[in-house]
Order: sequence, then structure tokens, then C-alpha cells
Amino acid sequence: MINILRGFSGVAIAAALAALMLAPEAFAQTSGKTIKFIPEADLRSLDPIWTTAYITRNHGYMVYDTLFALDEHFKPQPQMVDHWKISDDKLIYTFTLRDKLKFHDGQPVRSADCIASLQRWMKRDALGQAMAESVGEMKAEDDSTFSIILKKPFPLLLEAIGKLSSNVPFIMPERVAKTDAGTQITDPTGSGPFKFVKDEWVPGNKAIYVKNADYVPRSEPPSWASGGKVVKVDRVEWLYIPDSATAAAAINAGEVDWWQQMPPDLVPLLSKNKDISIASVDPLGSLGVMRFNHLQPPFNNQTLRQAMLYVVDQKDVMTALGGEDQKFWKTCYSYFTCGTPMSNEAGAGPLKGKRDLDKAKALVKESGYKGERIVMMTATDQWIVNSQAQVVAQELREIGLNVDLQAMDWGTLITRRTNKEGIDKNGWSIFFTWLVGPDVINPALNFPLRANGEKAWFGWPTDTKLEAMRVQWMDAPDLAAQQRLAAAEQEEAFTSVPFVPTGQFVIPTAFRSNLKGVIVAPIVLMWNVEKK
Amino acid sequence: MFAYVIRRLLATIPVMGVVAIFVFSLLYITPGDPAAVIAGDIATAEDIARIHHQLGLDEPFLWRFGGWLWGVLRGDLGISIFTNLPVAQLIGQRLEPTLALTTTALVVTVIFAIPLGVIAAWKVGTWIDRGVMIFAVLGFSLPAFVLAYLLILAFSIELDWLPVQGYVSIREGFAPFIEHLILPSIALGLIYGALIARITRASMLEVLSQDYIRTAQAKGLANETVLVRHALKNAAVPIVTVIGIGIALLISGVIVTETVFAIPGIGRLTVDAILRRDYPIIQGVILLFSAAYVLVNLAVDISYTLLDPRVRY
Repeated sequence: MINILRGFSGVAIAAALAALMLAPEAFAQTSGKTIKFIPEADLRSLDPIWTTAYITRNHGYMVYDTLFALDEHFKPQPQMVDHWKISDDKLIYTFTLRDKLKFHDGQPVRSADCIASLQRWMKRDALGQAMAESVGEMKAEDDSTFSIILKKPFPLLLEAIGKLSSNVPFIMPERVAKTDAGTQITDPTGSGPFKFVKDEWVPGNKAIYVKNADYVPRSEPPSWASGGKVVKVDRVEWLYIPDSATAAAAINAGEVDWWQQMPPDLVPLLSKNKDISIASVDPLGSLGVMRFNHLQPPFNNQTLRQAMLYVVDQKDVMTALGGEDQKFWKTCYSYFTCGTPMSNEAGAGPLKGKRDLDKAKALVKESGYKGERIVMMTATDQWIVNSQAQVVAQELREIGLNVDLQAMDWGTLITRRTNKEGIDKNGWSIFFTWLVGPDVINPALNFPLRANGEKAWFGWPTDTKLEAMRVQWMDAPDLAAQQRLAAAEQEEAFTSVPFVPTGQFVIPTAFRSNLKGVIVAPIVLMWNVEKK
Repeated sequence: MFAYVIRRLLATIPVMGVVAIFVFSLLYITPGDPAAVIAGDIATAEDIARIHHQLGLDEPFLWRFGGWLWGVLRGDLGISIFTNLPVAQLIGQRLEPTLALTTTALVVTVIFAIPLGVIAAWKVGTWIDRGVMIFAVLGFSLPAFVLAYLLILAFSIELDWLPVQGYVSIREGFAPFIEHLILPSIALGLIYGALIARITRASMLEVLSQDYIRTAQAKGLANETVLVRHALKNAAVPIVTVIGIGIALLISGVIVTETVFAIPGIGRLTVDAILRRDYPIIQGVILLFSAAYVLVNLAVDISYTLLDPRVRY
């Protein structure tokens, strides 16, 4: 017995000694020139043209460069392009590339690479497809100069090739860009400020980038995706930590430097650590969206959709989503990202005014609603979706609607929302999502405002006036005309109600205080950041 | 014995076949479409339909199953829908952390739990026995993720002794390797340890009441000799059985533990694959788990012959 106990104690003592020996080691430190970063999601695909996933877009900004890039004044600025000109009839754009642009394999960036990349992008991106309708030909004048020859003017051409969010027209080597647009590329060679270390990529765990020593940054200061992309660290490690409590503990202990998106309810906890800064580095944020199924009853009825504008309370929804502190959210009674040139409040009265449940009930009655079941889908693994759904479901019940709130995971929700059938055939009535600010900044990009019936985004609204206004906007000659047309389009949108905006919010970012130079932009950009 | 092992190994083939059919059918009827996940939130229905077609997800069930089975028979588990990487490569990347975690948990729990069970049985009815039983009840009752967060809070945040998350390969040094495994192993192994301690105690109590134990004591054998040579050896069969069954507990436990401690193992791979409907990975991982479980059970059966000479195959 004594021997047994002695053996047992020996093990315990050895374990304790081992723990003590380990104790002095500083787990709180990460190496000086390496940034350890927790991204918003796991990097699963390397092809930013094949998928619209934001994480792959962010990967694109690491390894690729763009011809033009949007600055903080919403103006496309030359990035890979050195100089450019447009013919008097606005039909020929000629671009000349900067000197010394090189891909990661050492090959120079040529006109042929740019043309092949734009061609692939135009097959996938909605704005690219609109541009393709105007493009007659793209031809290389020489290795560093190429022209886009239009069949008809396309005033948004620079905005299109300088598009900020998915799909971004990144420039790839011609051999890669020749890949069919529907097939995923596997070669991550770009010409951007970082190189992707594919050998160290463990999907679901980490993605590694190292500084591209051959990259020649522009001389201008960084402004969103434009300007000088000066890399000030040797290596960036994207470490995917899906559990927010673990991520919070990791940054608290100093094992990581930067957490891109933290749930607001953890802000008070991390705020106690003086070595951690919590900020909003996204000036546009995201818009909450309540989307109806326009093909099926009861929301194929415009009057019932209008009733929703008197019920949905953005303050309630945003408080549930972002907490009491309005630092991370605001109301936004516009179909276009608030704080951007096209945002306005034309027609927003019913959504903006005091919540009027009597008016809502009257409209519900007028719509002929007879208590039909409303299937509202929510994804419990997406807190942004679930917060909106929980609040709005209760608000709709308060005016007597028969809401069946169905909980599922996001993978199921985004599959089920493709179902155009009625609720008796596994269909749906309402789902919630959110859209990043740059995606809904103007009528050309605002895809949930499209109302071209069954070709539209899930929910499939039909409104020919809305569609015509979008085309008009794209042809508008100047900013004043664009703003006027955007206001008119919004007024129409508040009549046909393709969706209800539920508010605008930012997801807090946490970083260790020794991280300096984080660029404030609607997307995560990792150049200019240094670790002191 | 050799013939028995061969027979058992051959018997795994139909078992794996049933598992394959079951898993493939289950995934076929599970809601969710990887094409919708791949396409992203702002894709159109046409985009999703195109990707769905490209992935061959619109092909008939039997055609898809046949293609997958033919690949498996040739040792090809397929290609991940999302990463475009071979499933075997992805599993290979993740195998080491999971093996390291489960082995450490297994070793630690067996080393601690069996002596605890033996001591509890030997000192039955005393405060030692009650203490061990309280530990066992706690071990059963405390969910792994709660224990994991408590351990992180105590040893990583407050004391800064051990890392919060991640995995370091043993090739990068034994000290960082083991540092990253201590907390996950405790979180994973507690319920397993509780189970083994309880079974050891119960089994020992039964053996200790046998006549031959009394005889051994009467003829003056030392207590430790009676306990280890006579009692523990005869109580070993149910304990080894539970250790084998407990492998299933560990396999399910790694899913939670790897998620909380951000360990890039098979458990995390499984969760991620399920959430995004990456069917080839799910099928590959379940086949792997099934094979592991069948082989562990075989090893347990064979171990009976070593522990009990009366058992012969």
C-alpha cells in the first residue's frame, strides 16, 4: 500500500514540478516581427473570384494588387496603374502600369495578366458583368500598357475596376487568370505586399503570410485600399480560433496580437486589460437586413411588407446586437450605407418615426392577412442573425402575426433560403443577414435592392421601376445626379419594400496596444501595421 | 489466436461497409448545401446552382455513392469541396495533434484513475473512499467545456503558467509540446478518469470480497502484494473493457476540447466540415473513427488473453 501511495505521490509531485518549471516562461509574448491575428473566419478558398466570401477577399488583399483602389473619399485611385487616359468620346481607356511590378515568382506584371484577370472577374462579379456589356475589346498595346475599348460609355468603369469588396478585380498571372471562372484556382501567386506560404496553410487552423520584399509601394500615404502598401512586419499568422471565449483568453494572455471581430458582449471583459485596445476600425460598418420571400404568401403582399416598416424598431434590434453602448451601432434609415454619398432618408418616414403599432395593425388588416404561419429562419451559430431574429419575431407577434421562429445553423439557412416554394414545402417567409457597408454603398452595388424577380437575390422581389432607376443611376453623369437618382430609388424602395434595413453596426476589433498603424477601412488591411 | 485476429480483421470489412452506407445516406438527407456555403452570402441562386452542378451534387445518389466507394477502395478519400485539397492530406495534417491529445489524456487518466479506484476500494467507507467518489461524481457532472474554461482562467490568465490555446508539434521541442497539452488533456480526461476510477473501485470491491484474497491475507502476504498481484490482476478485465469503451468518450470529447483550445486536430476538422457541409471530409473522418474504434475493441479483446489465462480464442 505504501508503495502504491508512494508511486502515486511521485507522479503528482513530478506533475507539480513540471508545472512549476514551466511557470516562468512568458506565454504572453509573441515574437517581435510576427503579427498573430484572429480573422473573422477560416480561410477555406484561395480564389477571391470564385467565391464572394469576405475572408477570401481579405486574403486577396494580402497577396494581390489591384489596378485601382478606393480611397476614404470613395474615389478610385490608381494603384498598379501609373497613369491613364480616357478618349474624348469616353470609349477608350488606356492604362499604363507602374515600373517594377513583379509577381511573387519573379515574373513581371504584364498587360496580358491584367486583361486575363479582368476577363475572369467580369464573368463572376455583378458589376463586372454590367461592365462587360459595355466592353468591346481589351487589348495590350505593349507589356505595360493596355486599353479597354467600350461599345458604349460606362461611367462607372474606374469604380468597377477599383471595387473595394467582393468580388475585387485582383490581378493574377495570366496562366492563373486563364482558369475557368467556375473552377477554383490553387496557385496563390500574386504581386501584392505579402506572399502566401501555402506549405504552412492548415485549413481550419492557420494561414501564413510573409513580407514580399520585392514589392514597390506607392509613395502616397495609405487611404483605405489605395496608397502606399508599406509592410512593416516580416510575417503575419492568421490563426482561426472559432470559440470567442478562447479568442478572448488568447488576446488577454498576449498569445495573439489582433482579434478582428469580437462579440460586443466581451468588450467589458477585455476593456479591463490596459494592454488591449478595443476600437472600431471599420468606418462604414455593416447593415442589418430583414429579407422577405416576395414569391410566397403572406409577404408577396406589398401592404403587409409596408406594415413591417412601422413595427421593426432599429434601436431594439441594434441594442440586442451591439449592446446598450451606441459606440458600436447607430440607426440608419437608408437603403444605402449611412455616411456615404448616396445615403439619404427619402421615403424613410415609416421606418424612422415613432413605432406605430396601430398603423401597422391597420395595414396588416388591409393586406388581408388571416393569421397564416410566417416562417422566420434564424441561425443560432450566427449571433448577428440570431439577435435580429429574436427581437423582430417578438415585435411581429405583438401585432398579432403568427410567427414560427425556426432555429437552424447557418449552413442550413443559406441552403433553405434558395427554396422558392411555399412553407408547406420547406419554404420560408423571412430571414435575416447583414451586409458590409461597401456592398450596399450605391444602387449599382446594392444587390438586395435588385428587383428583377426570380433573377434577384434570395427573396426575389419584382419592381420594374426600381430596376429602371438602377440603370438610370449607372448612367448618371455626376455626383449630384447620382444623389438625386439614389433618393428617388430609395423612395420607391420604401414603397415596394424589398427588405427592411434593421440598423448599422460595427463589430469591435481588439488589438494589443503595441500594435500601431492599423488602417481604418471597411476591410481588414495589414500593411502599414507595425509591432512595437 | 492468429486465426481469431484474422477473422476479426475480416469482420471489420462489412462493419466499415455498413458505416460507409449509413454515413453517406445520412449526409445525403441532411439539410444544407455546400454550394450555398461556398458561393457566399451575396451569391445568387444561379451561382449556387452552377457550383452545385460543378461539384456533382446534382448527380443520382447511387452514382455519387459508387464513385466515392470506388475511390475509398483505392485509398482515395476524395477532395475537400472547400479547400480543394485531398481529404487524406487534411486528415494527415490533423492526425498528430489528436493522437497526441488523446494519448496524453489516456496515459494521464489511467495513471491517476486506477490507483484512485484501488485506494478507494481498499479504504472503502473511509473519507478517502468518499473523496474519490466525490471526484468521480464531479468528473461525470462537469462538462468538458466548463472545466476547460476554468482551467484556462486559472492556469493561463491568472497564473500565466500555461498557454491558452494552440498546438506545438513535438518536433519543435518536448517542453512546448507538453505545455500545450496539459490543460486540454485534463479537460478531456476528467470524465474518462472518473469512469475508470469508479469501475476500478467496483471491480476491486468484488474481487477483495473473494475467499482467495482472505486466504492470501491470512497467510501473511503484504498488503501491496495482495492488492496488485492478486486483486488488481483479477479485477483488470472489466477495467480494460472500460478503457476500451472509453476511447469512444475520448473521440467525442476531442471535438469539444479541440474547439475550446483551438487545437487543429481531427475534432476541429470534423466540426468545421459539418458546419460547412464538406461531405468528403465528414465521410473520411467518420470512416477513420469507425476503423479506430473497431481496432481498439479488437486490441481490448486480445488483451483479455494476457490478463486472464482462462480466456482463449
